[in-house]
Amino acid sequence: MSNLNFLLFGIYPFIAITVFFVGCWIRYDREPYSWKADSSQLMEQKGFWLASNLFHIGVIFILAGHFVGLLTPESIYHHFISSPNKQLLAMVSGGFFGVVCLVGLVMLIKRRLNNARVKANTRRSDMVVLYMLLVQVSLGLLTVVVSMGHLDGSVMVLLGTWTQSIATLQGAQAAAAIESVNIIYKLHILVGLTLIMIFPFTRLVHVISVPVKYLARNYQIVRQR
Amino acid sequence: MKIRSQIGMVLNLDKCIGCHTCSITCKNVWTSREGVEYAWFNNVETKPGIGYPKEWENQDKWNGGWERKSNGDIQPRIGGKYRVLASIFANPDMPEIDDYYEPFDFDYQHLHTAPIVEHQPTARPRSVISGKRMEKIEWGPNWEEILGTEFAKRSKDKNFDNMQKEMYGEFENTFMMYLPRLCEHCLNPACVASCPSGAIYKREEDGIVLIDQEKCRGWRMCISGCPYKKIYYNWKSGKSEKCIFCYPRIEAGQPTVCSETCVGRIRYLGVLLYDADKIKEVASTANETDLYEKQLEVFLDPSDPAVIAQARKDGIADSVIESAQKSPVYKMAMDWKLALPLHPEYRTLPMVWYIPALSPIQSAVEGGTLGKAGVIPDVRSLRIPVKYLANLLTAGDEEPVIRALERLLAMRAYKRAENVEGVEDLEVLQQAGLTKKQADEMYRYLAIANYEDRYVIPSGHREMNVPEAYGEKSGCGFTFGNGCSDGQNGVNMFGGKKISRRNVIKTVQVGD
Repeated sequence: MSNLNFLLFGIYPFIAITVFFVGCWIRYDREPYSWKADSSQLMEQKGFWLASNLFHIGVIFILAGHFVGLLTPESIYHHFISSPNKQLLAMVSGGFFGVVCLVGLVMLIKRRLNNARVKANTRRSDMVVLYMLLVQVSLGLLTVVVSMGHLDGSVMVLLGTWTQSIATLQGAQAAAAIESVNIIYKLHILVGLTLIMIFPFTRLVHVISVPVKYLARNYQIVRQR
Repeated sequence: MKIRSQIGMVLNLDKCIGCHTCSITCKNVWTSREGVEYAWFNNVETKPGIGYPKEWENQDKWNGGWERKSNGDIQPRIGGKYRVLASIFANPDMPEIDDYYEPFDFDYQHLHTAPIVEHQPTARPRSVISGKRMEKIEWGPNWEEILGTEFAKRSKDKNFDNMQKEMYGEFENTFMMYLPRLCEHCLNPACVASCPSGAIYKREEDGIVLIDQEKCRGWRMCISGCPYKKIYYNWKSGKSEKCIFCYPRIEAGQPTVCSETCVGRIRYLGVLLYDADKIKEVASTANETDLYEKQLEVFLDPSDPAVIAQARKDGIADSVIESAQKSPVYKMAMDWKLALPLHPEYRTLPMVWYIPALSPIQSAVEGGTLGKAGVIPDVRSLRIPVKYLANLLTAGDEEPVIRALERLLAMRAYKRAENVEGVEDLEVLQQAGLTKKQADEMYRYLAIANYEDRYVIPSGHREMNVPEAYGEKSGCGFTFGNGCSDGQNGVNMFGGKKISRRNVIKTVQVGD
């Protein structure tokens, strides 16, 4: 069991992250024509505005929360907030945006399956991503429920330790930190890592292309070829 | 002053017969692919009508083009930069496929394979997006052909603004004209301004607006930004596509496909030199009706020695300057003031211009007398209301339209007098403000319309855009996979040298 634990939480993260970076690099460089958001808005607009906005806003806040929450070392955030309070904050905000995201996601899946035009233009990878996100968001919301059993912030610290150990390339330490937590957290991490791994091969790549440069550039672009 | 050159187009609506040859040849060359079946880089609309996509001219609905803010600055009507990014998840101003039409094909094979039955077999339509049967085709790319559909629907046409349109629904007062449309290759393109990825750009040397397909991420903002709705979302590739002004042909000195194949010879292509530094100021003109006149100020006289000197300084080739001096577009837009821009009120400074169409004289039929303004028939009594043309071409200002129509009529009257009656009628020219030389030239360009007069296109100067012309030799053509792409980065991630460019070897000269 410990070996499997080490494999899944001490080694698999690095495989997933490596595939992510190399895959994105190759696709961006060699197949730029395939790098896109792949919107289906043209096909059907009914209910799309609400569904897409709910999903995206939910997912952006959740991701931001994960990044800040898991990667900030205890020694830093203790100056601002105690561990139990931080856990409560994570549960409330994560729970809220998780539900927002889930509602949007379910609406989007329903739309994709029910509209003939959208469906005909759906690739298998689109459905894989949607279902995996559905599982992932559901698992994430379940972790909120599980967290209610231990409001002292101890599990959150373990999860933070795992993330920070991975970020500092210490696989063994990461695997040891995560060994004792509830299976729901572990599943949530595994699905998340798998999402990271398949990222370069799906439409998810558009996430990297958030066009922030637009804010800084001139309206007009003239090229000399 | 920063001089740039642009290939502009003029369409003489007076001669358009609505045959759609331009649309079909364009489609066959550029958009016969899956994903863009519904897209027509060039289409011909019957006016009055709501057009394609539905009501494209109604910017209260689609928010295309630019708007002038109270501080005198302009921004895309879909909103400022933050607003554009905020609507990236779901674009609120984007047409749906039904606003164009659901592309369809017919089950022709059924005609071959149908068993012997009582009734003749038919080829029924099928959606080429979903593959599903379409019981009834409700809309198409040219549904309003020759005033198809009822007047109540067609009269939603935005060009009826400030007109009492009800009377034009009566059979006796009805009127129509054709409007071929393509990308305007604007000087101040709203699509470029609204592209979050910065994938759309205007080419410096010929003004053609293109979408970099490798940079486009499919955020769809350009579709809303363009007031002419001439950017289309390819639902298969997930990228936007638009009229490319047949740039491979233009670079080779050939006219675009739509121009080349125009059987009515209504299209003209020529170089215009313009002052790039003036664009923003002109596009921000306070009064919408002044936009047409202001846009004329951007164009520069290619025969002016000062302009020529500056153009050379700005890197414009002599062949381009020479073409500009012979440009039919300059003659029609600037010298004769016959050609007018399409909807200048969008503030995009469009570069495909139109000569308004003459039409039968209505009041002559009604009253038995012909309304005359001096020697020329009164253009206000033409069947197509001047106000309608003005709403289409000059943001509602009737004077430029009247001047253009009067000049067209005067040229005809003058030539008729010369050829039929054998007299030189200079009075009619005088009234329209034309000289004899101008009228003769107008006749040559508009009536005879020889190929070499219609298309004055300098071939591209690719050699001036690359550091070493020899390096381009045999670069791409026969390729080694991945098209002609060398990847986005300067470095080939798998090692090796760039395949599309020759490594120019430094040679040692005798005496070195």
